[in-house]
Amino acid sequence: MFVTKAFAQEAAQEAVEAAHGAAEAAHGAEGAFPPFDASTYPSQLFWLALTFGFLFWFMSKIIVPRIGGILEMRQDRIAQDLDKAHELKSEADEAIAAYEQELADAKASANEIGNKARDAAKSAAEAERQKIEKKLGEQLAEAEKRIADIRDKAMADLGEIATETTQAVVSQLIGGSITKAEVTKALKASEGQEKSNG
Amino acid sequence: MANDPIHQFHINKIIPIENVAGLDLSFTNVSLFMVVTVAAASLFLYITTANRGLVPGRLQSVSEMSYEFVASMLRDAAGTQGMRFFPFVFSLFMFVLVANLFGMFPYFFTVTSSIIVTFALSILVIGTVVVYGFMKHGLKFLGLFVPEGVPGLLVPLVVMIEVISFLSRPISLSVRLFANMLAGHITLKVFAGFVTSLSALGALGIGGALLPLLMTIALTGLEFLVAFLQAYVFAVLTCMYLNDALHPSH
Repeated sequence: MFVTKAFAQEAAQEAVEAAHGAAEAAHGAEGAFPPFDASTYPSQLFWLALTFGFLFWFMSKIIVPRIGGILEMRQDRIAQDLDKAHELKSEADEAIAAYEQELADAKASANEIGNKARDAAKSAAEAERQKIEKKLGEQLAEAEKRIADIRDKAMADLGEIATETTQAVVSQLIGGSITKAEVTKALKASEGQEKSNG
Repeated sequence: MANDPIHQFHINKIIPIENVAGLDLSFTNVSLFMVVTVAAASLFLYITTANRGLVPGRLQSVSEMSYEFVASMLRDAAGTQGMRFFPFVFSLFMFVLVANLFGMFPYFFTVTSSIIVTFALSILVIGTVVVYGFMKHGLKFLGLFVPEGVPGLLVPLVVMIEVISFLSRPISLSVRLFANMLAGHITLKVFAGFVTSLSALGALGIGGALLPLLMTIALTGLEFLVAFLQAYVFAVLTCMYLNDALHPSH
C-alpha cells in the first residue's frame, strides 16, 4: 500500500514539477500531510541509513567498548579495594586478638603477683602478731607474778601490823605490857581457828 | 502560515540531490536533524568519557547512567545472551531520545515525528529479530508462533493470532512513537497559537490568553516526559522482541 501510494504521489509530483517548475516542488506536494508525503521517503530513508549507520558503528566500535571498559575497570578496582580492605581487617582482627591475649596474660600475672604479695603480707602480719602476743603473754605473766609477790608481801606485813595493833590494843585495855611473842602466838592460834572454821 | 500547526512538519530541501538512480535523495531539514542528532549523541558520549575517570564527573555519570540504564533493560528482558545486541539497542535508544529532545527546541524538526523514520527503525528491529532468530534456531524459530500447552484443536487459531500479533509489531512500534511525537507537537503548537491569536484581540484577549499560555507551559513539561518515555518504551519493546529471537519457545 505504501509503495503504490508512494508511486502515485511521485507521479503526481512529477506532473506538478513539469507544470510549475522546480522551485515550487521544493515544498513537496502541497496539501499532503507532510509525514505521509511519500515523495520525501527515499531521501529520509537514505539519510536515516547513513546517520543511524554511522551512529551504530560509532557506538559499537568506540563508545560501548569505552564505557564498558570504564565500568569494568571501576568494578575491578572496587573488588580489589574490597579485597584489600578485607585483608587489612583480618590483620587488624589478628592484632586485636594478640593484644587481648597479652592483656589477659598481663592481668593474670598481675593477679598472681598481687595474690603472692597479699599472702606474704598476711603471713608476715600473722608472725608479727604471734610474736607480739607471746611477748604480751610473757609480760602479763611477769606482771601477775609481781602482783602476787606484792600481795604476799602485803599479807605478810599485814600479820606484823595486826600483831602491833593487837599489842597496843591489849596494853591499852588491860594495861601492863604484853610481849610481842605472846600476841603472835595468840594471833596464830586465832588464825588457825579461823582457818579450821572457814 | 505561522499559526499552522502542521507547518513544523514540512520538509524543505537544503541541498537538492535529485534523481540519483531515479530517487530524490536531497539533503532536507529532516536529514539535517538526523545528522545533528547523531552528532550530538556521539560527541556527548565521546567527549564526556574521554577522561575515562575512575571517579566519574557529572557528565561522565550521565553517559554511564544511560549505558547502564539500557544495559540493565536489555539484561532484564533478554538475559546476558541479549548483551550481544547492546550496541544496537543503545544506538536506538540514544537516537530516539536525542531526536525527541531536539524536537523540543522551537523551530527544530522532530525526526521521530516522521512515520517513515520510525517505521524504518521498527523494521530494522523486527528484521534483526527474524534474521537472527532463523540464523540461530533455524526452523525452531517458528516455535515462537506455537505456544506450549495449547490443545491441538486450538493450535491453528492460536498460530494465526500469534502471526498477526507478530506482524503488527513493527506497525505498533513505529506508530506509537510517531503518533506520540506528532500529536504532542501539534497540541503544543495549537495552544501556543491560541496565545498569539488571543493576545491580538486587546486587553481582554491578553487576559484570556493566560489560560492557553499556562497550558502550553504544562504541555511542554509533559512533552519532555513523553520524549524520554517514548525512547524508553521503544528500547524496552526492542529488548523484548530481541528476547524472542534468543529464546523463541515461550
